[in-house]
Amino acid sequence: MNKLRIIYNGLVTENPTFVLLLGMCPTLGTTGSAMTGMSMGLATMGVLICSNAAISAIKSVVPDRVRIPAYIVVIATFVTLLQMFMQAYLPSLNESLGIFIPLIVVNCILLGRAEAYASKHSIVDSLLDGVGIGLGFTVALTLLGTIRELLGGGTIFSLRVFPETYGSLVFVLAPGAFIALGFLIAFINYIRKRSC
Amino acid sequence: MLTYISIIVTAIFVNNIVFAQFLGICPFLGVSKKLSSALGMGAAVTFVMAIATCVTWLIQHLILVPLQLAYMQTIVFILVIAALVQMLEIVIKKIAPVLYQALGVFLPLITTNCAVLGVAILVVQKGFNFGESLVYAVSTAIGFTLALAIFAGIREHLELMDVPDVMRGVPIALICAGILAMAFMGFSGITIG
Repeated sequence: MNKLRIIYNGLVTENPTFVLLLGMCPTLGTTGSAMTGMSMGLATMGVLICSNAAISAIKSVVPDRVRIPAYIVVIATFVTLLQMFMQAYLPSLNESLGIFIPLIVVNCILLGRAEAYASKHSIVDSLLDGVGIGLGFTVALTLLGTIRELLGGGTIFSLRVFPETYGSLVFVLAPGAFIALGFLIAFINYIRKRSC
Repeated sequence: MLTYISIIVTAIFVNNIVFAQFLGICPFLGVSKKLSSALGMGAAVTFVMAIATCVTWLIQHLILVPLQLAYMQTIVFILVIAALVQMLEIVIKKIAPVLYQALGVFLPLITTNCAVLGVAILVVQKGFNFGESLVYAVSTAIGFTLALAIFAGIREHLELMDVPDVMRGVPIALICAGILAMAFMGFSGITIG
């Protein structure tokens, strides 16, 4: 039960996008469609789980004063592995996510979780925290991607919902990212306010 | 010469780093509540981005490529940038205390500013030479400062507005940024050279 709570915490209570407002650049930059949003979420989640577990494992041997550079090296190593993996097996996805894959290194979510959670908890708990926060991020990105793809071109995961001529292209372009995310966060604030 | 002008106009207006490329959103939302701090942050980013891009360009072309270590790019760049920011902080504190007073608080924040690493990687991907990279970095940073300054001006007024309760803070700021991004899309017709 306690383990489930860690995942629930990452997914809802401390949702990185809607509550902590971290990792805004990939949230806005890769959600042109539901598919790219979800892929970015999953890629970040993969790195987050690995880095959380690794940092938790080395936490007792890393001196306190150099912990931040050490964490950055761990994260950068897993990002490089991810980059190689994607270049080899998912070249088209790698192309569409572009610069945002290497930029996972500077995603504040990863360093934030390393510092706030993985450096203080056991390996299993840190792993689950990575799963929870990663899922929260993936859900947020998929949701935003779905909304933008639907309003912009009338499709969800490339499945047609209404004819393309009814869509408003601005939601796929840059301004739509800001506006859609703004309304989404406002909507979630509204739900949270009503439930408590 | 024409390529340089084209790079400058593209980086500042057409492909603005905040509104078109979605880099540096965290400081864009975080440090844009007051115009004075927005300008300070912009100056600090310009300074760091210019130096970091030069250093990482040299590392990429003099060390990583000859030794066939290009796959180490991400790790090397982020470490170099982090070390560079720390070093700059110490150097500025010693040499120019006045400048440190103005930029000091913003410097540590820049390490995790994805725009700095983003530009360092972008100039390598675009295959710019050294001069073009420097011009691109400086003009991108000017574009960032411009976006930050305009947005801070809007947000100072927004503080006094009667905004619905759930829209207060970040949501309304994001929507304003969206409208601003729409305005910047007007530049997208410009082509030079």
